[in-house]
Amino acid sequence: MGRNHDTLLRKFHQARWDEPIIFEMSVPGERGILVRQAEKSVENEVGDGVSVIPSSLRRTVPPQLPEVSQVRVLRHFMRLSQETMGTDVTIDVSQGTCTMKYSPKVQEHIATRHPGMAEVHPLQPESTLQGLLEVVYKLDLFLREISGLDRFTFQPGGGAQGVYTGASIVRAYHAARGDVDRREVITTMFSHPCDSAAPATAGFKIITLMPDEMGYPDVRALKAALSERTAAIFITNPEDTGIYNPRIDEFVQAAHKAGALCYYDQANANGMLGIARAKEAGFDLCHFNLHKTFSVPHQCMGGSVGAVGCREALAKFLPVPQVEFDGQKYALNYESNESIGKIRSFIGNPQSVLKAYAWIMQHGSGGLREAAECAVLNNSYLEKKLIEIPGLTVHYAPDKHKLEQIRYSWEKLYQDTGVGTEDVMRRMADYGLQHYWMSHPPWIVPQPFTLEPCESYSKDDLDEYAAVLRQISREAYENPELVKSAPHNQVVHKVPEPSIDQPERIAVTWRQYLKKKVASSG
Amino acid sequence: MVQSNEKTVFPYIPNSVPEVKSQMLAEVGASEIMDLYAEIPAQLRFQGQMNLPEPILDEYSLKRHLRGLLEENKNCEEYLNFLGAGCAQHFVPAVCDEINGRGEFLTAYVGESYADHGKWQALFEYCSLMGELLDMDVLSCPLYDGAQAAATSVRMAARINGRREVLIPKTMNPESSQVLRNYCQPDLSLVEVGFHPQTGQLDLNDLSGKISAKTAAVFIENPSYLGFFEDAAEEIGRLAQQQGAEFAVYTDPISLGVLAPPAHYGANFACGDFQPLGMHLQAGGGLGGFIATADDMKYVSEFKDLMFGITETVQPGEYGFGEVLFDRTSYGSREHGKEYTGTTTGLWAITAAVYLSLMGPRGMEQTGKTIMQMSQYAARCLSAIDGVELRFNSPFFKEFVLNFDRTNQTVAQINRSLLENKIFGGKDLSRDFPILGQSALFCVTETKTKEDIDRLTSVVRKVI
Repeated sequence: MGRNHDTLLRKFHQARWDEPIIFEMSVPGERGILVRQAEKSVENEVGDGVSVIPSSLRRTVPPQLPEVSQVRVLRHFMRLSQETMGTDVTIDVSQGTCTMKYSPKVQEHIATRHPGMAEVHPLQPESTLQGLLEVVYKLDLFLREISGLDRFTFQPGGGAQGVYTGASIVRAYHAARGDVDRREVITTMFSHPCDSAAPATAGFKIITLMPDEMGYPDVRALKAALSERTAAIFITNPEDTGIYNPRIDEFVQAAHKAGALCYYDQANANGMLGIARAKEAGFDLCHFNLHKTFSVPHQCMGGSVGAVGCREALAKFLPVPQVEFDGQKYALNYESNESIGKIRSFIGNPQSVLKAYAWIMQHGSGGLREAAECAVLNNSYLEKKLIEIPGLTVHYAPDKHKLEQIRYSWEKLYQDTGVGTEDVMRRMADYGLQHYWMSHPPWIVPQPFTLEPCESYSKDDLDEYAAVLRQISREAYENPELVKSAPHNQVVHKVPEPSIDQPERIAVTWRQYLKKKVASSG
Repeated sequence: MVQSNEKTVFPYIPNSVPEVKSQMLAEVGASEIMDLYAEIPAQLRFQGQMNLPEPILDEYSLKRHLRGLLEENKNCEEYLNFLGAGCAQHFVPAVCDEINGRGEFLTAYVGESYADHGKWQALFEYCSLMGELLDMDVLSCPLYDGAQAAATSVRMAARINGRREVLIPKTMNPESSQVLRNYCQPDLSLVEVGFHPQTGQLDLNDLSGKISAKTAAVFIENPSYLGFFEDAAEEIGRLAQQQGAEFAVYTDPISLGVLAPPAHYGANFACGDFQPLGMHLQAGGGLGGFIATADDMKYVSEFKDLMFGITETVQPGEYGFGEVLFDRTSYGSREHGKEYTGTTTGLWAITAAVYLSLMGPRGMEQTGKTIMQMSQYAARCLSAIDGVELRFNSPFFKEFVLNFDRTNQTVAQINRSLLENKIFGGKDLSRDFPILGQSALFCVTETKTKEDIDRLTSVVRKVI
């Protein structure tokens, strides 16, 4: 029996292994692996090797690691993987703003299995890294085309670190001009939290613009906030609502007029590849998340790359080393007196760069545009299906076309039934879908959730996704307790207090848990 | 390649089938795709064509193309590698690759602790296993790399005591110190503490002269970037704490089967990079940072990244997980959170958990011992060559500095000769540490056999 043809629902149950914590599996004396030991002749020459360690620095008590045989370790982590709903096993429309697209296996296999990638040391002579440097250099060229900007770095290990890199460049740019009083950064509430937090970490005071009644950032508020103290604006477009701000160039022009730089967080770029670029909107800097837009897998939150691009005038501030090409060979250039230095060790995550390169090579400009178009079409199609569901609304600009994602609201459902967005979120995985992502706090949109059905999902996938939400809405109206007490068919049951803030409840390691358990039972 | 009406149907884009696309457009009431882009005004639309290469549409040809590029690289399986300097070639158990290749882990992201319970448990176990290795109770989800962990440790310290000055060793890993210099701006200043010319270790007189009531943290590396131990680590910590400063120690986790963890000699922060614990070199892409502290809210509330706490579900005795102090993070409180957080290195943390589970206490102890023995053997063989000297006389772990001044050759020249013999010689230190003359940092791990080291020795002897 397969999926029900009428309802499009499937009888799903996630793997539930009731798996212990690895420490509970320990049997004294068991070995997970035997490791290489020095040759006898080496030992004869240098002795036990460890006697030379000063006594104050010798480990006297071995680490209390578990002792578990190999097959049991393997089985344990296999089971934990089965208790994880990666995009490879679900219709992952759920994690809006994250662009959960298919990560092609071919690039994964090459990047992880080929010794020319897996077994390469970052400090090898450049002559032995020519293939790798070529990939880095060419991805830079590709992203220049896709953004219209002039130079990229792949050193940042994620989008937020990309934004931090941008903030560091902004700081260096104004410092180089002696414009030291520019200490403020303006962002918007519907831009990602890192657009305020990363510049704040770089020392800037943050001004956050709230959305107007249409969901757009307020241009009058921007103009009022801009001054000779403004270092930059950090902004997303479309914002997390999916609504493209048609006056974005007005924002950029106003900021430039005030002497500020403009940073474009392009985490939401997937619907615009080949259609609209940072350059035409006037931005000075931008970043793409290679793990969102360019198919690198999300890897349980990394590693990946926040690829930061800028205009030529800012290129001298980029982190070192930069990859250069003289027409014959590729080289790493560490010389840049005005560089911000380093953001991450070596040249970042080259294996992610290779995967993004592969994806672009496989699609070309036509394929990139096809991906963008299908992502936007999927979003419109899903919206059309969802707005028919009782209790569900599109909070902002319901009559306008959104691009790649939409922030929806269950406020009406909540008012009608008492079932809120967190309840629905828990319930949906009972039907084999990843929990949707709601919204970063604060919830400007009440009872929010955010969906991004990127180009990887078929029409049939979207129909099934809509069917699940329709079913849960029906359950909320007919039997709200069923939804409120979810999950029912998953790995574990509902956690009654998932926010752990009291010191006596905080246990982030097994040893801390055991100590607190003893303390509470004593 | 699948063709439909001569238009390419992309295998990763199901709805690129023209008939499906048309049907969906009709369903949403659009006559053409650009209707859906109505919100983007004409002046903001890109009118040109992106100048990208012609696509390689079929998977086989793409694979050939990628393989061709990677074969332009030399690698540390075909060459004998003695480069380390923050990214070391260690043994990777097959089970580590098996688990981090699992599609469920590979493609998971920020799902909640129900459908992604396994991910939450694996990351909790990463923290728990590292906690045992470091003998400390508290870790967060991983950081980008060791350099970031060093930088965040000192910023945490500065937030705790409200001070602005951080003391770092002059011998610090230059990759990390460059990250630190940028990350400490604009509020913190870094003051370098000199080293003893014979031992390489921190100059305690210089430290005593520089430490003051302004010092937020004293940061050391142990084992140091240049390999040696800081014998006086405990005393350095005492000096720091007497002045009300925090004591932060950067350590190599693979040393901790034989070397005392920083907590045992008084560190308030233990930090470092867990790449040695099961990650391939990946040209530096396998790095991942950790920070550990004691269970004290003074420290716990200053971590910047997500923390997963174990708790119970509504079923008595069933483990569940929740977010610990979420408002502490920038996800919860935007610019009011601690620094910023985001996507870091979750899959590598899970891999480190697998590694430590396999190794157990015996595996860590034996690996530490093997590294000590093999690196001492290499140092002994190489420094027996006329003109080659061990630069420092301290005991060391995994890495050591060789000086070639008396050979009348530069490290660059020697490394070029080694390369011709399919050997990657030690990292040339002459740019970052000119004071050390023509010196190189050699890294010898458990992956090197006596035969490997004997070969290196005979080639060095031949080429100088």
